[in-house]
Amino acid sequence: MMPAQVAAPDGVLLILALMLPSIGLLAIFVLGHSRPERIALPVLAANLAVALIVALQVGHSGQAATYRLGGWLPPLGITLRADGLSAALIAMAALILFVVAIYARGNFASKAGGSESRQPMVFWTLLLGLSTALNTVFLAQDLFSLFVALELLTFSAVPLVCLEGSRETLRAALRYLLFALAGSVLYLIGVALLYGAYGTLDIASLHQVTRADRATSIALGLMIAGLMAKAALFPLHLWLPPAHAGAPAPASAVLSALVVKAPFFLILRLWFDVAPQPQPVIAGTMLAALGAASILVCSVLALRQARLKLMVAYSTVAQVGYLFLVFPLVMGSEAAVPWASIGWTGGVLQLVSHAFAKASMFLAAGLIAEAMGHDRIDDLGGAAEAVPISIAAFALAGLSLMGLPPAGGFVAKVMLLTAAVVSANWWIAATILAGGLLAAGYVFRVIGRAFADPAGGAPPPKAVARSRELAVLSLAGVALLLGFLPLQPFAYLGIGQGGMP
Amino acid sequence: MSLLVDLVLVALILMAAVWTVLVRDRRDAVIAFIVLGLLLSLVWMRLYAVDVALTEAAVGGGATGLVLLRACARLLPVEAEGRLPGPGTQIAAGLLSAIAAAGLAAVVLSPPVPYPSLAALAAENIHQVGLGNPVTAVLLAYRSLDTLLEKVVLVLAVIGVWALTPDAFWGGAPGSLKSKHASGALDLLARVLPPFGIVVGIYLVWNGADHPGGTFQGGTVLAAMWLLMMMADLADPPEIRLKRLRRLVVFGPAVFIAAGFAGIFMSGWFLSYPPDYAKPIIVAVEAALALSIAVILGLLVAGPAAEPPKR
Amino acid sequence: MSAPTLYGLCAAALVGIGLFGLILHPTPLRKVISFNLVGCGAFLFFGIAARRGAGAGFAGDPIPQALVITGIVVAFAATALAVALILRMLEAGASTVDAKPLPPDDLSP
Repeated sequence: MMPAQVAAPDGVLLILALMLPSIGLLAIFVLGHSRPERIALPVLAANLAVALIVALQVGHSGQAATYRLGGWLPPLGITLRADGLSAALIAMAALILFVVAIYARGNFASKAGGSESRQPMVFWTLLLGLSTALNTVFLAQDLFSLFVALELLTFSAVPLVCLEGSRETLRAALRYLLFALAGSVLYLIGVALLYGAYGTLDIASLHQVTRADRATSIALGLMIAGLMAKAALFPLHLWLPPAHAGAPAPASAVLSALVVKAPFFLILRLWFDVAPQPQPVIAGTMLAALGAASILVCSVLALRQARLKLMVAYSTVAQVGYLFLVFPLVMGSEAAVPWASIGWTGGVLQLVSHAFAKASMFLAAGLIAEAMGHDRIDDLGGAAEAVPISIAAFALAGLSLMGLPPAGGFVAKVMLLTAAVVSANWWIAATILAGGLLAAGYVFRVIGRAFADPAGGAPPPKAVARSRELAVLSLAGVALLLGFLPLQPFAYLGIGQGGMP
Repeated sequence: MSLLVDLVLVALILMAAVWTVLVRDRRDAVIAFIVLGLLLSLVWMRLYAVDVALTEAAVGGGATGLVLLRACARLLPVEAEGRLPGPGTQIAAGLLSAIAAAGLAAVVLSPPVPYPSLAALAAENIHQVGLGNPVTAVLLAYRSLDTLLEKVVLVLAVIGVWALTPDAFWGGAPGSLKSKHASGALDLLARVLPPFGIVVGIYLVWNGADHPGGTFQGGTVLAAMWLLMMMADLADPPEIRLKRLRRLVVFGPAVFIAAGFAGIFMSGWFLSYPPDYAKPIIVAVEAALALSIAVILGLLVAGPAAEPPKR
Repeated sequence: MSAPTLYGLCAAALVGIGLFGLILHPTPLRKVISFNLVGCGAFLFFGIAARRGAGAGFAGDPIPQALVITGIVVAFAATALAVALILRMLEAGASTVDAKPLPPDDLSP
């Protein structure tokens, strides 16, 4: 157990992924600058560069990149590790955060020469906080470090919800915080039990030793239940719509696209990398049933919303529901390893394509509301003329939610559907189809209203910056490009999975 | 005999816990919770975890209790207690909680044999960091990433609390902590205690390298002294726009991160320490962290700004 | 029964009592206090893991002890944030009693 003092580590970029945004937020805090975006944007650009280089390196070497903090080997020390999946996800998060930051200059750019003001300072520091948190969630290999990462996520996300400071957003933020804290503490109890059972919290070490016994089941059950509350899985979804709808548009985009994905990612890790295999069928079926309930209930609720942002927020709960369909689909597949199955691949692709589509949709909703002065869906007449690019982005992102070609969501949903049919999970197949129809309903409702004639007496729409509209369109474009991926498992996502190098 | 002490302690804890949840008045609930915190720090002593006992007494019971008590003082006249849910919900909640507790109890009653532990590994490597206190070795060496990220959490918490400042007050000072019932005793305490408290705080940090104690414990004692002075009106809560204040908050985390990067050049890995200099580096990082923690804890208790900045 | 086992059962009870309070109480401050109770239980589980793992000349495994110290501080920060939110809501004139979810239409700008 000597700390390996040998050879310069090549995974030092992984450290930068954690430290760059942290340093950035400390810098904004300490400088009390009147223009925090001038620090945040370059930091997020550097973060994107780091993430892309890591992703390319992993693809090039065909191996996971690892880094041992302080040189200490697990189980004593903590390891960071980017396998194919983690590398893809940090790149996804960094790209979305960067584009959101470009867009958010329109909301939170401060006046030159003024003193520091509240909203910009809080927004930009917390956006960097989210970047650190997400990178840690995707890279850390230690269950307790992941607990700290979840807390980083909570502390960055909650104040963003009530940035505006109205009564309703404060209430939404408090409810979000209580759910998140309850989730954290359940997760933490599970961590304590696992340590008591195995004497290690390192995921790769646990992978070797976990047994199917009572302590392990209870520990994992508590952890997954806590993470479900954080991922807003039905029936623990009540906090999400008011929180995501109440936040300013760029914050909503990050919360819906990225923050709810982090707990799901951890469930995926616990399920496939920590839990003893094979998992009980009933557990997978239960998760999928809750996912199906999320899809159906919240798609119907989305259809019935009067406000655009609430509609988009309900759609998030529904789209996150699809992710939980993965578990029985992988169990029912004949693939030798989960990541070689189309069910698993479809789930990951759903995660990524929804992230781009939903970020684009929330940002578009923000611009539509800015231009029209409100976000009542019924009164959106004339929006297509006022903000045509935003409406186009909204429609393109909508394709992904519906699962229509050509869109990332199409490929994802076809893979999930195929996996459901192959494994004879007919109820899952039916849910996927019904969810697509409902999504079509709520997306076309908005598009239809946007092309209607403006109501008489409505104030003329305000102009919005073209660069912001293009930022929104670029995210929808990525969601669209993902639709050209082949309908099969990707070797890239399998790199370094299952304890392989 | 010794088990009797444990039994009595557990009985008292369970009474305090039940009282905390069931008592009608919220102030009584907070007081029961503070008592629980003190009892728990005794439990940590019984479990031979002196470092945790110090932290639990200072942060878990002390600082948390103070925050909750302040909240009660401001909530009391305004807010109703709210009505409890109907018997159906109560029974369901009770059942769910009982099932959870029973499951956990079952896990406790069947520990694995032999019991897994990293104590041996921790002992084997401790000479490389030159420390006598294994808990400090874990916090500042083996698992230093957790400690570093947790400092970022604390800074984010300060930002999150400040974010709740009404726009007109941004940059101003938090509301006075002066208690309504000014008492001579508090005033005397606030005048006499701080010099000793500061010495004790510094001692705890310094001592923490080899004996129980460390950054949190030391930092909390320092924070307590500051809060005491603010409560006795000997010091005002600082304006949140002050550069000096911001520097104090960031100082510890910045030193820690700098030490981390220096580790890459000195001994190959982020947050590694060259064996010959490990102890002085760690003690320096701890001192910087203790200072920042003291300020952060004080700011978290003081809350968001409640008045506009002075010209 | 050994002391760690006894305290382990105590931890299980604390979690149960805290969860009950978390579900039972409609007011957010009481929910926050209950959350802290569950947290105390969680920390105690680390405590018994530490004590049962005593060895190599240590009276307890230092790793879980260190984890608890980190956990206690994070829980305090969470409590401070939650309390600040509750008080801010009060200033904004919102009832903090968690009665019914607001009808969604009330939420927009």
